Amino acid sequence: MITKTLKNLLKFKNKPSAKNAKERLQIVVSHQRLDDSQDTDFLPKLRHELVMVISKYIKIDADQVNVQLQKEGSCSVLELNIVLPSTH
Amino acid sequence: MIKTEGKVIVVTSGKGGVGKTTSSAAISAELARRGHKTVVIDFDIGLRNLDLIMGCERRVIYDFVNVIQGDANLSQALIKDKREENLYILPASQTRDKDALTKEGVEAILSALRKDFTFIVCDSPAGIEKGALMSLYFADEAIIVTNPEVSSVRDSDRIIGVLNSRSYKAEHNQEIKKHLLLTRYAPQRVKRGEMLSVEDVQEILAIPLLGIIPESTSVLNASNNGTPVTLLDIQSDAKAAYQRAVDSLLGIEQKETRNGWTNKLMDLFRSPA
Repeated sequence: MITKTLKNLLKFKNKPSAKNAKERLQIVVSHQRLDDSQDTDFLPKLRHELVMVISKYIKIDADQVNVQLQKEGSCSVLELNIVLPSTH
Repeated sequence: MIKTEGKVIVVTSGKGGVGKTTSSAAISAELARRGHKTVVIDFDIGLRNLDLIMGCERRVIYDFVNVIQGDANLSQALIKDKREENLYILPASQTRDKDALTKEGVEAILSALRKDFTFIVCDSPAGIEKGALMSLYFADEAIIVTNPEVSSVRDSDRIIGVLNSRSYKAEHNQEIKKHLLLTRYAPQRVKRGEMLSVEDVQEILAIPLLGIIPESTSVLNASNNGTPVTLLDIQSDAKAAYQRAVDSLLGIEQKETRNGWTNKLMDLFRSPA
């Protein structure tokens, strides 16, 4: 028990808790702001503009373009799926 | 003379229990004491408390929701403070129906109040649900009440995000003026490295500082008696701090008060007159 108290005291001496609080907050707040900015409101516009650009080179059906933004933990995946019309 | 419209100021935080209602009451009372016609509105539908902090709980007849639903008019619901002639309170309803707070209803009441009052202070409920969103939606300025503690700072950051994206001003490409009010501050604990400093919190939230309210026994004493901190008879550190915050809100240059430690120090060197 004494060693535990001593350890705690040492830990406390090494790093004041306020410093730890600040570091943890900086990380959590930066993630939070990223999440906020990743509002998916822009997806329909992105989809529309993609269709416009691709149509310049390949004839595609606008309904066959699928854009999805998926979040898994700290990783985000932008998935783009375009079905090209059969050439026959 | 052209009468300018009143300013809507929301007092918000995200987290509960950090001092929104205490601050709303103290700041409103101080604005009124200085001669500005001020109304303070409780947006915490279902859990009203501003009336208790202001000491007018026994005078509530009609409330915010009654006015929205047309059961009473605004002048019937407004409670005139007995201490300050420029101070009015619009209490929240005790109804459990949060949908009673409609955007159209809130807008109608706020625009009516803007014509009559210089300051309209909106005391937000905790959280980011309807009541909180309604209290900040039409705001011109926001006071973000924050404790030097991790969960409060994180929630304040969330609320700043909401102010920047889901308010009327944000939707019209304008910005709500934001102020940081740091409450329950304990300088001794900061010195020992046990508490986030004002600089730490400012660095994280990146909004200008309105004031620092020290942890103070006078706050509980004030609420026990239903007196806003700024209307206490006795001088207290919290009262002085709220007065400085109001100076700052009104754009008055900060000067050291007689209680300031620098002045005490200066007094030591000052030769007797």
